[in-house]
Amino acid sequence: MSKQNLKIISVAIILAALAYIIPHSTSFVVLLATRALVFAILAMSLDILLGFTGLASLGQAAYFGVGAYFTAILATRYHIGLGWDFWLVALMGMMVGALLAAFFGLFAIRATGVYFLMITLALGQCVWGLAYRWSSLTGGDNGINVSTRPSFGLDLTNERTFFFLVFAFFVASLILLYVLVQSPFGRSLAGIRERELRMQILGYNTWLHKYVAFIIAGAFGGLAGVLWAHTNGLVSPETVVLTTSVDALLMVVLGGAGTLIGGVIGSVIVFGLREYLSTLVPWWQYVLGGVYVLTILYLPTGLMGIPARIRQARASYDRTSKTVTKKLAPTAS
Amino acid sequence: MATRKQTLTSVLIGGLVLGLGVNAQAKAEELRIGFIAPMTGIFAQIGKDMVNGFQLYLDQHGNKLGGMDVKLVVEDSQGKPDTAVTKAKKLVLQDKVHLFMGGLLASTGYALAPVSNEERTLYISPVPAADDLTQRQLSKYPYFFRTGWTSSQPTHAIGQWACEQGYKKVVSIAADYAFGYEQQGGFQKVFEDCGGKVIQKIWPPIGTKDFGPYIPSIKADADAIFSLMVGPMSLQFPKQLRASGNKKPIIGGGTSYDEFVLPFMGDEVIGDVSSLMYSAAIETPKNEAFVKAYRSKYGKVPSYYSESDYTTAEIIDIAIKQAGGKYPGAEKFIDIMSGLKLDAVRGPISFEDRNPVQNIYIKKVEKKKMFGYDKAELWNTVIKTYPHVSQYWTYGKEKFLKQPVYSKDFPPCKYCE
Repeated sequence: MSKQNLKIISVAIILAALAYIIPHSTSFVVLLATRALVFAILAMSLDILLGFTGLASLGQAAYFGVGAYFTAILATRYHIGLGWDFWLVALMGMMVGALLAAFFGLFAIRATGVYFLMITLALGQCVWGLAYRWSSLTGGDNGINVSTRPSFGLDLTNERTFFFLVFAFFVASLILLYVLVQSPFGRSLAGIRERELRMQILGYNTWLHKYVAFIIAGAFGGLAGVLWAHTNGLVSPETVVLTTSVDALLMVVLGGAGTLIGGVIGSVIVFGLREYLSTLVPWWQYVLGGVYVLTILYLPTGLMGIPARIRQARASYDRTSKTVTKKLAPTAS
Repeated sequence: MATRKQTLTSVLIGGLVLGLGVNAQAKAEELRIGFIAPMTGIFAQIGKDMVNGFQLYLDQHGNKLGGMDVKLVVEDSQGKPDTAVTKAKKLVLQDKVHLFMGGLLASTGYALAPVSNEERTLYISPVPAADDLTQRQLSKYPYFFRTGWTSSQPTHAIGQWACEQGYKKVVSIAADYAFGYEQQGGFQKVFEDCGGKVIQKIWPPIGTKDFGPYIPSIKADADAIFSLMVGPMSLQFPKQLRASGNKKPIIGGGTSYDEFVLPFMGDEVIGDVSSLMYSAAIETPKNEAFVKAYRSKYGKVPSYYSESDYTTAEIIDIAIKQAGGKYPGAEKFIDIMSGLKLDAVRGPISFEDRNPVQNIYIKKVEKKKMFGYDKAELWNTVIKTYPHVSQYWTYGKEKFLKQPVYSKDFPPCKYCE
């Protein structure tokens, strides 16, 4: 438990440092950090499915998109969510994401593995299709411009202030999701990931547990969408497109699934390479591709797996120096 | 000793100040232009055409526009509106550009226009053609200026032309997105106001490669087919239509036959007609020089993407000159540009509501030799010129803006069964 506390404290220190450093860097860095944090929430929501429940979803952009369109349509058509009621919209955005997930979950949760992947992909593309073709509501290909950010005492047009708002949402999401995965419910999800049959024999309704996890992931996806609408100022089918889902998936895998923080690291790295490195060099795609390939090949547990790998290597080195032993079985975290 | 040290320090400080001063002086003479184009992804080739057009003008003028040294910062939009927004903000916040330009799809135009508002920075759009940015939303985006075209501008003209050809019934087949709606709508409006009838509207999704399901449904009693294709669709549609035995004349939007796709087309497109504000086959000395210079440098005939960016460079050049060799700020610069009249590669241009008033060419695909090149190639021969075409066509601003923006349902398909 003290080890757990150490982890929490170190994450808290890093976050506090970031909250101090980022607003003092250049405006472009602030802008990118805000975007990366929104995607970090999306990646964390996906991690609940991928890392903790063992369900690889390719449809997380659907909830993201629904949250974003919901916010954009309310803001531009009805001028709702531009004052204090923004908090209400944020809550409703989560509910919209959760509702959609509750609906999609009915179809998706029946499947596992690659079939789950396919179904979530198809459902996600349905939302994209709607966003693209339902022009009267979504503006079709042109999307919706959300030109005004909410104002409630804070000047959110200032990118630095807005960064703190997103940062607050991010920290709140991180804490909530952390509490969730540490709860008995979260442990049951890990049990399903490891061996679903055994959980069923133990008397757990695994379908229901997976369904609830799916809905929670949808809710946080929706929240990320709400924030994205105001971060980006534009919601278009590009927001809901398959690549957004794939990006989220890659972020989680890159950082390390089943760690929550892994998705955050992945998001920062992907945004750093794709949006920042691309302003410096034209061959940024090779770097991004190289990082992906190397991670999958040598770090299947993601970047968060590095400390464990080092410990493991050291342990096996110690052991071989004492007695000749067989290879260590991978330590389950 | 101390005094020597003091003098040394003061000299050093003096030199530093002087150096900084000189530096600031040199900076002031520099015009920083941000250029957003898709350099990776499926539109990368078009992005290159865009940058090449602009770069060609800079190269021909010693990297100077209106006497100012140009620092061109090209950013990759990756073909995504979201990334375009990030990159535009980077250009303004980090590179401190005086103005930014570029974008390809109408959606990128819609994404970038609000950035120009937020940052109070001029955004010049050489390619994105979304009608409303200079029509119904003109006052909403005061820092937006267009040097290219509105989507419906050239199709108004071809609607008139088709009517004059005596076509009575036309079937339209157009890509199913905003740009398609606006081009199709412009055609239908003018064609029907002149007495023609659009008897069927078909909307294949963007990126359609197999027109098998659509071609047989084209009504047999049509006199002609109006096609609006983009990208790979442009190559597939005429090929598959002719292969199916359909010999009806095709009249089309500009992107169905522009020079970006033309070199990859087969002889089956000979005789097809389209309309745009540029054709590489315009027979003026200025265009001939441009085509030759572009082709010898980049190995291909310039498309309208290249021409539009080349002309944008020329417009900035003249406007900076008129401003006295410095950038006068966005509002002033827009005023100057709005008052310009120039003889560009594409023909005479003036401006109305921050959008060009320009020639629209009705072009027929022909296989011939041009400009002294020794091989017979496909060229968009100009067969009729509509001079000084406004974005409001001949309707007049007031009347035109009363109607809604062209969409799938406007103009309504009155003559469809």
